[in-house]
Amino acid sequence: MPPPPPERLPVLPIEVSTESLRDYLRDWQRRCYEAGLIGADLPTEYGGGGHQGFQRIANREMSRAGTPFMLNVVGLHMAIPTILVHGSEEQKRRFVPKALSCEEIWCQGFSEPGAGSDLANQQTSAVRNGDVWVVNGHKLWTSLGHFAQWMILITRTSKEHKYDGLTYFLCPIEGHPGVTVKPLIKMTGEQGFNEVLFEDARIPDSLRLDEVGKGWTVAMTTLTYERGAAEGAGGGGGEKTSPIERLIALARASFRNGVRASDDPHTRDAIVQRAIVHEGMQQNVRRMRVPALCDHPMRLPLQMKVTGSEYAQHNARLGVEIAGARSTLYKKDPAAPDAGRWPLEYLDSYGHTIAAGTNEIQRNILGERVLGLPKSK
Amino acid sequence: MAASTPPKDFGFGEDEQLLRDLARRFLDENLPAPRLRALVAADPAAAYERGERPGWDEGLWKQICELGWTGLAVPEAAGGIGGKMVGITALAEEVGRHALPSPLVATLCATFALRAARTPAAGAWLARIADGAAAALAITDARGSWDPSDCDMSARPQGGDLVLSGAAYFLQDAFKADVLVVSARRDGAGVLCAVPWDAAGVSLAQDHIHDLTRDQATVRFDGVRVERDNVVSDDGAAALRGAWPAILVTVAADLCGTSEWQLQTTVEYAKQRKQFDRPLGFFQAVKHPLVNAMIEIDRARSLLYHAACCIDAEAVEAETAARMAKSAASDAGAFMSDRSVQLHGGIGFTWESDVHIYFKRSLHNQMLYGDGAYQRRALAERLIGPIGS
Repeated sequence: MPPPPPERLPVLPIEVSTESLRDYLRDWQRRCYEAGLIGADLPTEYGGGGHQGFQRIANREMSRAGTPFMLNVVGLHMAIPTILVHGSEEQKRRFVPKALSCEEIWCQGFSEPGAGSDLANQQTSAVRNGDVWVVNGHKLWTSLGHFAQWMILITRTSKEHKYDGLTYFLCPIEGHPGVTVKPLIKMTGEQGFNEVLFEDARIPDSLRLDEVGKGWTVAMTTLTYERGAAEGAGGGGGEKTSPIERLIALARASFRNGVRASDDPHTRDAIVQRAIVHEGMQQNVRRMRVPALCDHPMRLPLQMKVTGSEYAQHNARLGVEIAGARSTLYKKDPAAPDAGRWPLEYLDSYGHTIAAGTNEIQRNILGERVLGLPKSK
Repeated sequence: MAASTPPKDFGFGEDEQLLRDLARRFLDENLPAPRLRALVAADPAAAYERGERPGWDEGLWKQICELGWTGLAVPEAAGGIGGKMVGITALAEEVGRHALPSPLVATLCATFALRAARTPAAGAWLARIADGAAAALAITDARGSWDPSDCDMSARPQGGDLVLSGAAYFLQDAFKADVLVVSARRDGAGVLCAVPWDAAGVSLAQDHIHDLTRDQATVRFDGVRVERDNVVSDDGAAALRGAWPAILVTVAADLCGTSEWQLQTTVEYAKQRKQFDRPLGFFQAVKHPLVNAMIEIDRARSLLYHAACCIDAEAVEAETAARMAKSAASDAGAFMSDRSVQLHGGIGFTWESDVHIYFKRSLHNQMLYGDGAYQRRALAERLIGPIGS
């Protein structure tokens, strides 16, 4: 186990707001990497362990032990898998090992003021000038942007084609001329994500990922991993107690209409409903790997982003309801139940139902790709 | 067979897949939608006013018996197939998907009870079921309690035999059954007896139900003599409790199959039907509820195979898993049924459409052996502890 953290550990990367937390989590990831718990199934020439099927076991054990999460979440789950699919040999050797060890932290430059759910409506331009691309534009909601050295970046290189006019880059961020990272404050009152401005920032052509005009295809690879439909490079983390156990403990310590909430039939039903959704998600993951029990190969994988983010949101909401009057106490109030985590997690949960394609967009994708319904646009 | 690590694939192997695929083909060929309609919904007056029994196809049932489906849950020692619960689950999904009117589900449920009794008397009846006898459980009291220890029947010892008096309610497909598996109270303790439907003193009265794909009855026992050989368990409540997870899973599987039919049928309609120059499915008010229904159905299906796998492994969590599956399947069924009518619009409200046939089968199964809220109450006892603890 790692040494005790400098302050209460965040549960999600978006909550990492101080440098001491960053350093602690970066150090933890490096130790895990050195212990062979990260990148276990990746080829050794890219810094991996060269095993097969180790990562899932490592993840499960780390989760069971309630270890901190891996700070370089964008690097592990988005940049590495995308570079491995689309990158040159040189790019793979240059970027993958340092992302695994957390020597280099990554952030994601996809969303823009005018390109949220309509992701292909990218306005950040990259114009070629010999061996260099000149980038201008505005990226938003960049988690970890204030700590990152690198960004996976989608740009517009042609205005003639919406989808085929996009090109994907691996872009240096920290201290790079023409790149400004400005913090945004979330509705929780915390820092955690940023906006990133590009003003004539220059990127060498050697940092282009895949061909010019193929950015949409590359971005789809990233999103497949981001939305949990495929397994990334690994990294576990979490808490020892499940959300259901925490809800039950909260109900035992709370009162509702003068009775203990754990004795209130409505609360009991609501908690069991959460337990059923929890078990259902785990069994979905199990069934996903039994093709004979899946009608359509993407039917379960594409549901994971929606079900996972709404599961967390509904749990947090129920925690607020159970805590009742005491749920009004926020994280700095010493009397707040569970240090104010229930309202905090509830507020923060919208980050996940909105990020990585809003759940409304995910439902469009499910309806269109899995059920075969006509495209809504 | 108490497996320490549950099989990753739920134990769903080649045999189970063959059974499922065969069932799907067989029912596609022998019970296409027009045939189902002709059997059960040709004449609304017959269904609702004249009180005629819902139609079914006895020839098809004979074929089903020849295929060995009634013997699937019968242990090999009693002359059955001793099939896995995951296979039976897949079969029951196909049965629900085709809204098959037959005594198959009722017979499976009675089989689970006889199997859990583990007595020679039960074994003899299991052998007859494997040979094609249909069975129905007569275990529910007038209040419709799903607690296996509640019943309105008394068993009075007479010589070496028992004499049954009283009534049992909500018998599923009793008019198709050859034998009734009856729960009764003898000196305060429950017994389970097998009673042929035509035994002297047995009278069946048909319930008037909304579901067109089954019959339901109240049975009265007026001094029915049961020989010692037909007392299949001296601890009836224990046998029923042992069978309960499999009973819940089978009904939940039927529900999931029905829900999947409703999903696919409503999706097809949403692709074809145009309003405002666009197919209905273009509109997110139609698309998103269908996706939500799919998510609920998938949750139920995954829980279903987990529960079936727990039953096959004789795992202690089988009851919890089965109640979760029935809760999820009932709620998914309720939501899918609701949207299947609403999204079909006017046509979905008519007798002429097939939508109501599935709606009613689902509604019936949602309540059978306890709806979602009922299962969750029992689950809360296990997960949170008794109230006041």
